[in-house]
Amino acid sequence: MIRFLLRRIATMAVTMLIISALVFFIIKLPPGDFLTNQIAELRAQGESASIAKAEFLIRQYGLDKPAWQQYLVWLGVMPGPNGFSGLLQGDWGWSFEYDKPVVDVVGDALWLTLLVNFAVVIFIHLVAIPIAIYSATRQYSIGDYIATFIGYIGLATPSFLLALILLYYMNRWFGISIGGLFDAQYAGQPWTWDKVQSLLSHLVVPTVVIGLGGTAAMIRRMRANLLDELGKQYYVTAKAKGLGPTKALLKYPFRMSLNPFIADIGNLLPQLVSGSVLVSLVLSLPTVGPILLSALKSQDQFLAGFILMFVAVLTVVGMLVSDLLLAWLDPRIRMGGAR
Amino acid sequence: MEAPILSVRELTVDFSTDAGNFRAVDGLTFDIPRGKTVALVGESGSGKSVTAQAILQILSKKAKITNGSLLFNDPSNGGSIDIASLPAESDAMHSLRGGRIAMIFQEPMTSLSPLHTIGDQISEALMIHADVDQATANQRTMDVLNRVGFPDPKRALRTYPFELSGGLRQRAMIAMALITRPALLIADEPTTALDVTTQAQILDLIKELQVETGMSVLLITHDLGVVANVADEVVVMYRGRIMEAGSREEIFRNAQHPYLQALMRAVPRFAMADDERLTPIREVKSASLASLDAPQRVQPAGPILKVERLTKSFTLRSGWFAGKSREIRAVSEVDLSLPAGTTLGLVGESGCGKTTVSKMIMRAITPNSGKVLFDDGTGPKDVHKLEGEALTTYRRSVQFIFQDPFSSLNPRMTVYELLTEPLRIHDIGTSDERYERVKHLLEMVGLDQRALRRYPHSFSGGQRQRLGIARALALEPRVLLCDEPVSALDVSVQAQVLNLLKDLQSALGLSYLFVSHNLAVVDYIADTIAVMCRGYIVEEAPKSSLFRNPVHPYTQALLAAVPDPDIDRPLDFTKLRTGGFSQPSAWPEPFRIAPGEFGVMKEIEPGHKVRLGRPTAREAA
Repeated sequence: MIRFLLRRIATMAVTMLIISALVFFIIKLPPGDFLTNQIAELRAQGESASIAKAEFLIRQYGLDKPAWQQYLVWLGVMPGPNGFSGLLQGDWGWSFEYDKPVVDVVGDALWLTLLVNFAVVIFIHLVAIPIAIYSATRQYSIGDYIATFIGYIGLATPSFLLALILLYYMNRWFGISIGGLFDAQYAGQPWTWDKVQSLLSHLVVPTVVIGLGGTAAMIRRMRANLLDELGKQYYVTAKAKGLGPTKALLKYPFRMSLNPFIADIGNLLPQLVSGSVLVSLVLSLPTVGPILLSALKSQDQFLAGFILMFVAVLTVVGMLVSDLLLAWLDPRIRMGGAR
Repeated sequence: MEAPILSVRELTVDFSTDAGNFRAVDGLTFDIPRGKTVALVGESGSGKSVTAQAILQILSKKAKITNGSLLFNDPSNGGSIDIASLPAESDAMHSLRGGRIAMIFQEPMTSLSPLHTIGDQISEALMIHADVDQATANQRTMDVLNRVGFPDPKRALRTYPFELSGGLRQRAMIAMALITRPALLIADEPTTALDVTTQAQILDLIKELQVETGMSVLLITHDLGVVANVADEVVVMYRGRIMEAGSREEIFRNAQHPYLQALMRAVPRFAMADDERLTPIREVKSASLASLDAPQRVQPAGPILKVERLTKSFTLRSGWFAGKSREIRAVSEVDLSLPAGTTLGLVGESGCGKTTVSKMIMRAITPNSGKVLFDDGTGPKDVHKLEGEALTTYRRSVQFIFQDPFSSLNPRMTVYELLTEPLRIHDIGTSDERYERVKHLLEMVGLDQRALRRYPHSFSGGQRQRLGIARALALEPRVLLCDEPVSALDVSVQAQVLNLLKDLQSALGLSYLFVSHNLAVVDYIADTIAVMCRGYIVEEAPKSSLFRNPVHPYTQALLAAVPDPDIDRPLDFTKLRTGGFSQPSAWPEPFRIAPGEFGVMKEIEPGHKVRLGRPTAREAA
């Protein structure tokens, strides 16, 4: 077990290294960077003082050096102008666009993103699993058709459109503004109980909007998985033992049908971060999605690089978690091969 | 006379499907007397499993009991209940199910949940029906596991089904059914998926437990040999109706109904005369086979196929976390020789390496050492060294017939596409010529030309297997490797396919390597039989010699374990109780083979060879 963990952590480190290289060089692919663009702009306007500052920053962050050296400095394995100071040392760099350290720019957004996405994952499972069980055990009943129909609508509705519609009608019917993650007066305030309450009430709509597509997809897949398992012999055995229908269902086929979803946890997290960008923009949620978008557009390389690395870490850790969960839940995987 | 445990009266079960209604069980009436075994016999689709499901009310949603009664007289409290009148999910039904009437199923792997331990699944059955705590339930579970023959019941509690052999899994199923001490045990093909020696042990166990607890057994099976050995009364079903019912004596000594008589004639037996043919229930006539001439080909001087000291090891990675690996020798120095135009039967239980041997002959697996020699008349050549044109020719000459006729035909290809595919791959003939060839192939295997445009799903198991044979014949091969070609088929259909293979052999001069676990089938079709165990060929002989004088202890055990559909030749259960026949290191001297050794083959009479352990061989030399 420990050997397995060490091996996995070693491969994860290698994976992260490769991802960091890819991320950095893809960000650097377009010609120029944030500062050279800015200098060109300032030059057109003839502002020499700002130009001096920008050129200072270029030297400060070594942007005049070759890309591979910049990469190594960013990573923290080559001394830059400030000595060894990169991702490995916990220095996430400088955001040129916001003129602040990256850590200050993403700060709260990072945790709010995790919070929103966690809420979405919980929502998806809480809603999808009961509906899927209902639909699978009553295949081809009226209820099954209704659930299927609603599922298709959920799959087919673009979530940003739903966000817009809700934004409008919530305001019109209930007079509440659902933009943002808390009311305007709390922005930039320290965390208080009122602020948390405001956060929770604002969380409802984004959760539903972002989670709807995932819920619909999960209902469809869970229903199909469960239908496969319901035909299996061991379920008949459970019934022949005299188990009641609900207990027999939950203990045997339902547990079997969970495996693919646990295997999916690793994919779920990054998908939710990148998938909710449009909704975050529409609902003006202070999550990292919109920040990433603007950072990529303006070639704010350290900011974009950090967010992408963050998503990559989520993926890799999610994969590890799902593998461990699978091994814990499924003895065939835990002891696989040793028949 | 005391009341029977279960009286089935006019039981009728209807299925409603998209294609219309279908009556699976039609007015079934029979009794299960107290403490007796009633066998329900019939081909697949005769409604015997549906009857069992109806008794427990675990029918699929499409099925419904539309008429009749199932009167259950519980000997423990003298009460009697009509099961058919109870709702399927009522409390009364829940307490009957698994409590008073228990059931075991055919496939012990899929009948147990792979995610829960044996102990969990067995003690659960007790805890549903008796008011006991987990500790007591575990104790009772250990007792019952011990009773059904688990060597270490305490460890078994925490064992998962996939860690057990098929025989032990079925024992766990039996333990689960019997822990509540039911009055009636329904066994739905309990031994069909097991090897013969294991089958004999399980049947023995059920009989013993029956004597101990006085329960009644409803045994569902298609195997008349099993019926002859364990049943007290027999009910023969065909298409949902009873054809004939009576005591075992009456049924086997004096079968009245033509269907039952036909069924008896279709089963291969050991005592058959050399030229005796099986009579399938529905004979299939092949129009062109009689008039067919064998293709003129150069005959090899020696055997057409020869296997010399073939050895293959596999590396197993055990455990997901441990990452340790160990080596398993699947095939150990196997020698075989197949003379042209004859059949070599390769017999052994599951996991003995017979399929690995046939795959190495096909060149689908590379052996660690040893040779496969093929002789098409130009002298023997090592198959694993063939390249280019010679390899293509070899592939054309040796074809394969698979076990499962359902998964070996691509469901998305029509019969025409399936049968022409080998011709297209080898680029033989124009499309007109291929069409003629395919028509001819269908005639040979006794199928109608109208089959050409249909898809495999519209054929029955036996018809599909004949399609598989037709496909194997498309390239005019000289050798056919048949891997359990009839083990997935009903007895009546099995007879059809075996007869077809025999006819094809005499008409086309084919040579067969026939791999099977069924000794009676191999006896019917093969000229020479090789018995395989744990990767060794333990005995090889012409079939008359092998059955008259089996020398090796494993062969003897194998022969003793086959249930014969003849009540004058019952199984000798006491002899089979000892076990350990398939452990080379547990064989008595001089047959004992120490781990890692190969032993040597010794000829004891012309053509009859037995494997002996090394030390004796050294002494003899």
